[in-house]
This record gives sequence, structure tokens and C-alpha cells, in this order.
Amino acid sequence: MNRTIYLILLFVFLLLLQVLVLNNILFLGYVNPYIYIVFIFLYPIKENRFPILITAFLLGLSIDAFSNSGGIHTFATLFIAYIRLFFFKVIFKKTTTDYQLFNLRHESFDKVFNYTAILTLIHHFILFSLTNFSFYNFTNVLINTLFSSVFTLLLYFLGSFIFRKKLT
Amino acid sequence: MQQLIYFFQKYKFFLFFLFLEIIAVALIINNHSFHKSKFISSTNFITGGLYQKSSNLSEYFSLKEKNLVLVEENLSLKNKLERLNSYFDSISSHQVIDTIKLNPDYTYTSGKIIKNSYSKTDNFITINRGKNDDISKEMAVINSKGIIGITDNVSNNFARVQSILNSKSNINAKFKNNHHYGTLIWNGENYNIVQLTDIPRQAVFKVGDTIITGGRSTIFPEGIPIGTIIKVPEELSAVNSIDIKLFNDMSNLGYIYVVTNLHKEEIKNLDNNNE
Repeated sequence: MNRTIYLILLFVFLLLLQVLVLNNILFLGYVNPYIYIVFIFLYPIKENRFPILITAFLLGLSIDAFSNSGGIHTFATLFIAYIRLFFFKVIFKKTTTDYQLFNLRHESFDKVFNYTAILTLIHHFILFSLTNFSFYNFTNVLINTLFSSVFTLLLYFLGSFIFRKKLT
Repeated sequence: MQQLIYFFQKYKFFLFFLFLEIIAVALIINNHSFHKSKFISSTNFITGGLYQKSSNLSEYFSLKEKNLVLVEENLSLKNKLERLNSYFDSISSHQVIDTIKLNPDYTYTSGKIIKNSYSKTDNFITINRGKNDDISKEMAVINSKGIIGITDNVSNNFARVQSILNSKSNINAKFKNNHHYGTLIWNGENYNIVQLTDIPRQAVFKVGDTIITGGRSTIFPEGIPIGTIIKVPEELSAVNSIDIKLFNDMSNLGYIYVVTNLHKEEIKNLDNNNE
């Protein structure tokens, strides 16, 4: 029960942070962090994937509603929510019984970095390709993906570092 | 049958994932082609309300700047009024002007931008005026410095404006010093620079000329300022375009006016009769 409340609060917090603060950053005109996908990283790993797919859909839809982008964020967020389990199995090499006790905080930095970096890059690549909606200006998509991913990851690791210090 | 159930059992997550992705794709296509995504946009009750609150808070930080803009606008209006007064005074025949009998062509509704965007290829702005303030689709949105966009999605209290910084915007524009028309578009690169295309070959222009709206559409009144020419291609052809620097800083917008054309229906009916 405690965990559900925590997840709901995290959902609302990340949504408001993204919409009211981060969507206005536009560093150098186009580099923008999309920190709301941290919700997908932090959502507890389970064999049953329906809850995460539904929450990812809702999260994407809310971001889309605020930024007038149709269903672009929904598509990208759903995609990483679905393939998350595959990368999780490959990188952390856990079995089904470990899922309950798993926490990103107790893993080594390089594994966590690989996991988050891959998902972030995939998400941003889909996001910017759909925003572009054509093959014209494709280098722009790649540059945007790279810079925004770096920005997102930087913010995520800074944030997790600060909150970890506080909690322990 | 059993095989079918087994299949569903095995791929239930994938099928559910696919189902949700199809909804997302439908929303994207809907947003791209029709502009009628009523529900998932910044004009609905929740999103619009939140943006309104956030804008109420942040507008305090730019009060000084907004005041300067207002003073500037007042100044230009006062000067215009003075010129008009002196014109009336110089009319020799004393004709009584009954202002009630003069029908205006346009009325203006003031409003405020509560959400702005300028970095994407299709930008939309949300304003805090809607159906309750008699705003409908396809109305011009301007401010004291120039044009901003056209309303395209209206709810009870909010309206979404298709900014001129949108790949689908096509606005009729002309040169201030002659009557050659062109179409105003945006190539998605710099948010301070828009392009003018479809210029007739015989048009004469140079860097620094002012571009204003043409009176050919029923949306924009004639003569709203747009910007000045900053770059002219060496050889002008049908595909070439000239770059125009906007008077407005599109990243820093506050109060706006929505323009209602009172003769819109009449003009439309006339056009339809001709066809």
C-alpha cells in the first residue's frame, strides 16, 4: 500500500516537474531534458506487465495533453515500458524470484548507467523521430537525441545522488 | 480453439502493448492531419486550468516589461488619434459624423497567453479565452507588435492557437510599399525568422522593407505588421523565398488580442456564390 502511494506521488511530481519547469528550459534553443521517463526506471519490476503498460500509457498521455503533441510521448514511453524487462534481464542477470527485492539503488553504477542510458536513448530517438515525422533533417534528430539524452541522464543521476544522500 | 487461447495466453502482454501503441499512433495521426484532437490538448479543463495558475504566478516577474510594451502601444495609438483628429478638423465641409452609424469591420478581444511554445516544428499557443468569450475557430491572434497566429481548437474557457511558427501555417502577406502579395510560411529553423514565398516576379523589394498582412483572407485585417526583410536570394524564382525577421520576439509573449471579423460570413457567402 505504501508503495502505491509512493508511485502515485512520483507520477504527479514527475508530471508537474516536466510540464511546468523542464519544458521551458530549451537549453541552446532545442536541448530539453525529458526526466519523466525516470518513472519507468523506478517502477517495480514484475512478471505481470499490465500495470506498467497502463501507467506508462497514462503518463505519456498526460505529457502529450500538456504539450499538444498528439500521441508522441505516449508512443515512446509505452515502447520503453514494454522492452524494459528484456534489458533488465540482460544487464542485471536476475531471476524471477529476485524481482521482489530488487532496487536500483543497490546495484553497481555501471550496470544502472547502461540500463538507464539504453532506455533513454531509445525513448529520445523515437520521440524526436516522431516529432520530425519525416526523413528530411534526419541529422537533426540524431543530434537532438544525443544532447537531450545526455541532459536527461545528467539530471537523473544528479537527482538520485541527492535523494540517496538524504535517505541513508 | 485451444490453440487460439494458448496463443492469447502467451502473447497477452505483447497484444496489449500493440493495442495501446495503435491508440498512440491514432492520436499522432489525428493531431497531424485534422487538428480536432479535442480531448488530448492543452485546452481542456485540467491542463488549461493548470497552465492558467502557473501563468498567473509567473507573470509577476515580467510586469515592468509588460508595462513598457503598453506605454509604447499607447503612444502609437495616441499619435494615430491625433493625426485622425487633425484630419477631421481639416475637412472643410461640416458634416456631422454619427459614430453609431459607422459599423466597424473588426472587434478585438483581449486575452493572455498561458502557454507558449516555439522550439518544435509545429508550435501551438494556449490562451485564456474560449467559447464563453465568443471566440471560435479561425480567428486572428495578434499583439501590439505584430501577428501571432490563428485559433484552431476552442473549449469553453481556453483556446489553442496555431502559431505562425507552425509548418501548416499559411498566411497571406504583402509589402508595405506596394501591393504585391505573398504567402508567409515557416521552415522550422529559427523562431525569429519566417519566410515569404509565392512572390510575383515583378515585385520590387530590398533588405529592410516592411511586410504586413494582406487583406485577402477573412481572418487577418489588412496592415497588421509582421516583420522586415533581412535576406533576399540572388535569383528570385517561384520556389525561392525571402527571410523575414519578425517584430515580435516569439519566445517572449504576454497579452494578446483576438480579432473577430464581423463580415466573415458575408464574405464567405459571396465567395461561395461566385463558384
